[in-house]
Parts: sequence; C-alpha cells; structure tokens
Amino acid sequence: MHFLLSPLGDGALLITVGDSADEATHRRVRAVSARLDARPIAGMVECVPAFATVAVHYDPAAFGARPYETMSAAIREALEGVREEELPSPRTVEIPVCYGGEMGADLDEVANRAGLSPDEVVRLHVAGDYLVHMIGFLPGVAYLGGLDERVAVPRRSTPRAAVPAGSVGIGGGQTGVYPIVSPGGWHLIGRTPLRLFTPEAERPTLLRTGDRVRFEAISADQFRDLAEGA
Amino acid sequence: MTLRVVEPGLLTTVQDLGRHAHQRYGVPGGGAMDPFALRVANLLVGNSEADAGLEITLGGFTARLEADALVAAGGADLRATADGVDLPNWHAARLLAGTSLTFRGGAPGCRGYLAVAGGLAVPQVLGSRSTLLRAGIGGVEGRALRNDDLLRCGSPSPLSERIAAALAGRPGAVVVAHSGVGVSLRPDYSANPTIRLLPGAHVDGLTNQSRQELFRSPFRVSSESDRMGYRLTGVRLELTEPIELLSEAVVFGTVQLPPDGNPIVLMADRPTTGGYPRVGEVATADLPLLAQLRPGDTVRFRPCSLEGAQSELLARERGFELLRQAVALQHPSRT
Repeated sequence: MHFLLSPLGDGALLITVGDSADEATHRRVRAVSARLDARPIAGMVECVPAFATVAVHYDPAAFGARPYETMSAAIREALEGVREEELPSPRTVEIPVCYGGEMGADLDEVANRAGLSPDEVVRLHVAGDYLVHMIGFLPGVAYLGGLDERVAVPRRSTPRAAVPAGSVGIGGGQTGVYPIVSPGGWHLIGRTPLRLFTPEAERPTLLRTGDRVRFEAISADQFRDLAEGA
Repeated sequence: MTLRVVEPGLLTTVQDLGRHAHQRYGVPGGGAMDPFALRVANLLVGNSEADAGLEITLGGFTARLEADALVAAGGADLRATADGVDLPNWHAARLLAGTSLTFRGGAPGCRGYLAVAGGLAVPQVLGSRSTLLRAGIGGVEGRALRNDDLLRCGSPSPLSERIAAALAGRPGAVVVAHSGVGVSLRPDYSANPTIRLLPGAHVDGLTNQSRQELFRSPFRVSSESDRMGYRLTGVRLELTEPIELLSEAVVFGTVQLPPDGNPIVLMADRPTTGGYPRVGEVATADLPLLAQLRPGDTVRFRPCSLEGAQSELLARERGFELLRQAVALQHPSRT
C-alpha cells in the first residue's frame, strides 16, 4: 500500500493514504490503523484515524535522538505488507430515531427545501446505508457517508446555541447524531434515545470508525420506553 | 488530607496530564494548559508527575486545609499566601491543618498550579482526572470548582513523607523549603513572548506577504480565548486560493486558519480533529509560554525546524530529570 509520512508538530505525524472521502480510502485508513493497533511501536501514544489519514501521536522523550526519523522508520517497518484485505467485517449499528415533532423541529423545513413530504424525508433517511468514515471533533461525533442527495439540504443559516444530546441532523451533504449537548448548525429531523457517548466505558462511543449505520423510525412512546431503559 | 474550597476564583479546575488513549473516539486530550508547571509542582511535593492538581486561572482562589499538608505552587506566580505568609512559587511548603491557602493573582501569566502531596483523588474518567468542561467529565463532576467543594487527596508517597518530615523539623505553621526550582529551569513567562512555530502542512498555501507576516507581525490574544483555543487578531493571513481539506487530526499547538484570516491556536481542550488549513504547530517546549498568555497579550512567532523543536524538548526533559533526581537525593530513603 502506498502512503506518505509527514510531521504534525513535534509530537505527532500523519500517515496519508489518499485524498478523498471515498470507501477505498477509508479501507486503507482502517487497515493502517488496525496494523498499528496490532503492532504497537515503542514511543507511540495513540493513533487517530480520519477520512484519509491516520495520525500517530508519539512521545519524543521516549527517543534518545531524532525522534521523528526513528518513529517514521518504525512505522514503515510496521506497515510492511499491510493490505486492506486484513480488515474484520464491519459491525452494523441500528439507531432508533423518533422523527419530527418536538424531537425533530426542522423536519418540515427540510421537507420544504427538498421539495418532498416529511414522510418521504424520513423514508429516504431510514433507507440509507451509512458508513462511519471517522470519529472526531468532539466525543462520539461520527462522520457518516451515504446520505441520499435528495435530502442533502444546506446547514441552517444561524446555528443553535445548544442542541440536545441524541439529536439527529442533516446539514450540507452530511447526516449524524449529536452525542453531547453542543452548539450546532444542522437541521434537526429527529432524536435517538440511545447514548452515543458513555464516558464510564473503556470504549466510550456507540459508533466506531468502520461501522455501518442504519436508522430505524420509532414512535414517541417507543422513544420513552427506550429512554427509560437506557 | 482534604481541601475545602472557600473561594473558587474565576475558573479553577482539577487537571492532570490529560487523556492519551481516546482521541480516536473524539475525546480531547485535555489536561493542564501548562503541563510543565504541573509536572514540576508535583515533583516538588514527591508526587508522580502525572498526579492531579489544581489549575487556577488568574487567581481569586482560596481553600482551607482540613489536615496538615505538603503543597507546591508553580506556573504563573499568582502570589500564593498561607494565612497571610507568602508562599514563593516553585517551592514546596508544609502547612498545618486549618491554614487558609490563597492565590491572589498577579502578572505576568494566567494559570497557576497547586500540587498537593498524594495528588487530588477525584475519580478517573477515561484514564485521567482532568476536567473536560465541554463534555462535563473528569475533575469534580466535570465542572469548575465551587464554594464548599471538598477535594480529597490520595496517600502521600514515601518521598512525600520524607519531604514533609524534613520541613516539619523547622518551627512555624508555614514552612517553605529552602531550595526550589532553579531559575534556569523555570519557563520565561512573558506578556509578549516570541514562540517557536514549526511551519505547518499548508503554510505554502499562504500568499508570500502573509507567510512573511506570520513570522514577523505581533498577534493579539483575543477575548475569545479559552482552554480550547486562542483566537489571534492582528494582520489577517490570506491564502493564495482556498484549500479544501478533509477533517484530520490536530494537536495541542496547531495553528489553524479559518476563512476570516484570523489564526486560532488549538490548546489543551482542542477538538481531536479539524478541517481548517494548518499554517503551523507550536513547538511543544514553548507551549507553557503560550498557555500563560491572557487576553490582550501579544505573541510573535519565529520559525523553527522539527529537529530544533525536538532537541529543545529533549533538553527540557533532561532538565526535568535532573530536578527529579535532586529532589530524591535531598530526601534519601533511610533503608
């Protein structure tokens, strides 16, 4: 596999395996990430996979001299013969969503802008087969690929100051779930009762890089039942 | 030992050296803004350098000791006093139960650190005790300290016990260690520092003029600056053409350039990834200088090679190691 190494400050480096957010690039990112997990390198602190790069954070003080060169050489060696075929099959995570109403205050607006009925927007959102390209920015934020272009409306002109945790939104070409209360510019079409960020768990996020995601429409009653059980 | 918060000050949080295994889940690294200061303060009281202490922003903080304690202040000199007696920065001190410990505030600098022997024993969340305000995790209930918060400390190490015993041999309710951190090891905090910047992945996307201005002009730390990042104002930096970028990892010290041309330096509580062009990364050895800036202070950047930044960092670590050995040698185990 072809890749490029470049420094990211004096305590990290980037392994670049492509330049677009496509699934082939994604498989290379996962392969590199899986290989480094399987063969940890002395001095490596952690790896952060993204759309087309894997960052390796390392501790320069773990090396006597020339930390970047030493780390780069170790990474080239660890990635020797790395292939996409080594990947485990992806998990599929189902996310129940109560669409519209109070929980999806912008559903009607999305429908208007898309020239569809609210039910059609929900149907297209539920029909999608989504891929978690990466987790980043804030805890548990999944960057999903696979949104139907017919519902890909632009972001809100004015972001909300506080979007409730679990809100499901559409903005630009993207869809996703807000794991924690945060400001946000996506149109809100629904909400899931699932917790996407559980800081008490060692693996603290519901979604992980490489997962397949499907949304499932639920009623407000089902939302309440699931929220109580969560 | 327990500390009771009497005045929380503007923003006082529990911090250690941050979370280092969960950025792939979007969990920011966090930790002390000036990690060097916290590590040194910990070392002076015989703690592990990664123990949790307090990060006190600008001052106004008072706590009462519920038992005898060994403490050290580091970072910005926030004019600490114990029942009115000055506690010099970068020195250990032994205080008696009932003492009031106050950080009044002073300049230059923004963030003072208090280490207590045994470390602050708040629960670990994702491998760290650091408060991450944005996610509401770590520290005390994921928030800044309030009046009447109780902070329990862990068991002091054998070295902490020996340091405390040595100071207990001298009279007084407040006993300050004679030797502290040598001036050569202390960061040279200033309200207008020049900071080493490694040219970033997209620095060549700047216009010629902006590339020169990045390393020549002063930038002011705006009031929209916090533990997540510093927004800098001054000359606006321009790209020759817009750079479309896929989100990817950023680090403590990444200098991002959003479309408005005002650079943002990402700090301890930065997001794990970002999608703006990166014009540079601050040399890790200089992060303490940056962490101590207040809104209104000015900063200049000077270019630095990767080799230069890393050898500076290794030199800094050797100095730190000498200090660790000196503390241990001054308080030898009797066995």
